[in-house]
Amino acid sequence: MVEVTLWGSLSALAGGKDKVEVEAKDIRELFRKLAEQYPGFEPMIDRGIAVAIDGTIYRDTWSKTLPEGAEIFLLPRLAGG
Amino acid sequence: MNFDPRYSGRNFTSVGTRPIRPDGVDKVTGRARYGADFNMAGQLVGRVLRSPHAHALIKKIDTSKAEKLAGVKAVITAKDLPDLTNGDAAMYDILDNCMARTKALYDGHAVAAVAAVDARTARQALKLIEIDYEVLPHVTDVDEAMQHHAPLINDAIFTEGLEEKPVKPSNVTKRSQFGHGDVHQGFGHADFVVERSFKTEQTHQGYIEPHACVASVSSDGTADLWVCTQGHFVYRQHCAQLLGMEASKLRVTSSEIGGGFGGKTHVWAEPVALALSRKAGRPVKLVMTRDEVFRASGPTSATSIDIKIGASKDGIITAAEATLRYSAGPYAGSWAEIGAMTAFACYRLENVKTVGFEVLVNRPKTAAYRAPSAPMAAFAVESAIDELAKEVGIDPVEFRIKNAAQEGTKSSYGPVYGPIGIGPTLEAVKNHPHMKAPLKKNQGRGMACGFWFNFGGQTCVDLNIGMDGSVSLAVGTVDVGGSRASLSLVAAEELGIDYSQLKAIVADTSSLGYNDMTDGSRGTFSSSMATISAARNAIKTLRERAAQMWDIGVDDVVWEQGHAVAKGQKHGNLGKLSLKEIAAESGKTGGPIAGHSELVADGAGVSFATHICDIEVDPETGATRVIRYTVVQDAGKAVHPTYVEGQYQGGAAQGIGWALNEEYIYGKDGRLQNPGFLDYRIPVCSDLPMIDTQILEIPNPNHPYGVRGVGETSIVPPLAAIANAVSNAAGVRMTHIPMSAPRILAAIEAERQG
Repeated sequence: MVEVTLWGSLSALAGGKDKVEVEAKDIRELFRKLAEQYPGFEPMIDRGIAVAIDGTIYRDTWSKTLPEGAEIFLLPRLAGG
Repeated sequence: MNFDPRYSGRNFTSVGTRPIRPDGVDKVTGRARYGADFNMAGQLVGRVLRSPHAHALIKKIDTSKAEKLAGVKAVITAKDLPDLTNGDAAMYDILDNCMARTKALYDGHAVAAVAAVDARTARQALKLIEIDYEVLPHVTDVDEAMQHHAPLINDAIFTEGLEEKPVKPSNVTKRSQFGHGDVHQGFGHADFVVERSFKTEQTHQGYIEPHACVASVSSDGTADLWVCTQGHFVYRQHCAQLLGMEASKLRVTSSEIGGGFGGKTHVWAEPVALALSRKAGRPVKLVMTRDEVFRASGPTSATSIDIKIGASKDGIITAAEATLRYSAGPYAGSWAEIGAMTAFACYRLENVKTVGFEVLVNRPKTAAYRAPSAPMAAFAVESAIDELAKEVGIDPVEFRIKNAAQEGTKSSYGPVYGPIGIGPTLEAVKNHPHMKAPLKKNQGRGMACGFWFNFGGQTCVDLNIGMDGSVSLAVGTVDVGGSRASLSLVAAEELGIDYSQLKAIVADTSSLGYNDMTDGSRGTFSSSMATISAARNAIKTLRERAAQMWDIGVDDVVWEQGHAVAKGQKHGNLGKLSLKEIAAESGKTGGPIAGHSELVADGAGVSFATHICDIEVDPETGATRVIRYTVVQDAGKAVHPTYVEGQYQGGAAQGIGWALNEEYIYGKDGRLQNPGFLDYRIPVCSDLPMIDTQILEIPNPNHPYGVRGVGETSIVPPLAAIANAVSNAAGVRMTHIPMSAPRILAAIEAERQG
């Protein structure tokens, strides 16, 4: 079980909760479970969500494992210039 | 990914040196081929007809007269680019931006295009296209567009991110929010509070090379596109999707690039050129004029930002709050969201809240511009921080040092930081001789900090070893800032050979797997990771071949300084085998030797910079002169320090233009008044001092060499550093960018009049 912190806009879609608990071992499973628990997330996940694990931002690595007790933060997937 | 990206703390032989750039001779002799330098037999000239209206219904387009003109081979409208986006709203916006469908949404929006035997005929044909417009009310100002009475640009847009679902459409496409703690409580603990509003005008990336491409669609459905871009693989995906092609049938070759800065991450002319070529059955070259570049390609947002920061009398920030309104052009974007994330990222804050609003206006579609959205937020925040430091009575550098984020700080956008460089850049600035240099009358000094995330992404590299021992490196990230040199250094480092033995190229989309574009300061970060991985794969093969040549087990062969070495006492009589010697025998030991890598380079390290600027202001005219400028920035590891310094200097130079001169000026009719370099003035050499640089190296733990991106962060602090310098020189706080002479003079006169 990992605790996931949501950013403001995502929090609104989770009924105002800024933290949710999810049983997930990696980023892929996290997204799948989040979409199941909060159907409103699905378009956001499709559009792109980045996952910060202990401060390091991952945008594309589904297989990245989520260590127990790690700080996991969801962020909008951003573009650079 | 079978590759360990963790920082190893190794010593370097090639990395960190400054060899001559591989593309230098071609560029200074004119041999280098840019977007418009490519030609094909039978090529036609493409030209685009653009809306003169800021907002208008397109009631009817009659192309019949243009089609009858001798020499015209194709005329297209939106009908020739049908909607194949299958519900993908972002792609639909790109399609609509390439060719207006039912409404022209800004002055310069493409409405039709022609391909003709020469430019004169093409221009004549454009004049023969008849369009029946119904002109609609327009809005170009970000604050006005948020008003209830503002003309509605898209009645299908309802603001996202509100607690209650809105019942009416709006020009505000999204509200986003970041932060932690309780700002209300934090302000309650403040002894000093600064509250100000700021504005920044819209600017263009100002790349010297306009958008240019040559498209050739064959009757068998395959196509070639030669184009100036930051991401030819992404262009292939977008063009293929918009034209209903299979991506593998479209081969895209990137030309040399005369500047991109985020503006060449989007397709504009390319789908149009392909559609023209498909209709005409001949290759079509499409080159934007400078007027078109300004009117119809990616400027950054205009912004309106409110800042409130409170501090205790001992100089600790107790709360920080920002409301950021960013224009997005006529299509939804996430520009204010990025501003809201980056605004306070330099600081350690217990109570912080930022709210962003994305606002539609009748201006060109906003595109990424080097650390997109961060410079404007930094301008507002760093101006207020400077003012607050003065109110508290602490030196602005010391104030920032007291409040700087550090390893373990919870960032203002959420996650906890790993090792970061904001503190070291501030300490370096504090101790820099520039800070102690005397100032003359009417001169002021300013400093400011900046943050950018940096990104990674999908990346491929092929490394091929020739039979003569020379090495070719094929990469998929377009070289916008010297990556061919830096990646050659990385390959030389891993293989243990000399830089001169390597030649790096940017491969076309049919020669290499998919690569994300060169954006987010990812080129060297990502492709160096793939290069290291590819080189290590090649070394594995080199060791196997050496083992064969010696007839010993591969486990007894190690790779040291460009040679296979047999280890262990029993092989003591075997001499080393060089890469060249192993390559020479490759035909007999198993064939060509190569190393490949396909990976997702994640874990790009955030980066910080602090800039110092001295400005002289003429109090009689408001004219400014930049006297001295210093950039201090964390690079993680500078692979090729000269290029890194160039990125630092380039960011500062662009920032100076943005801060002092550059501005999109719209008339009441919604038309852009200054679409040319004469009236939209970017800095030239005589406007700039030598920009000093200092590279700091705080290794990124997620890269084998510690590399961070360096391209974007350097444009984040300049607006604020210059605003602080001008404010100090003029004796009045400047809150509106650009700080053009009339604006400064007006501020000085207003201050004089009290």
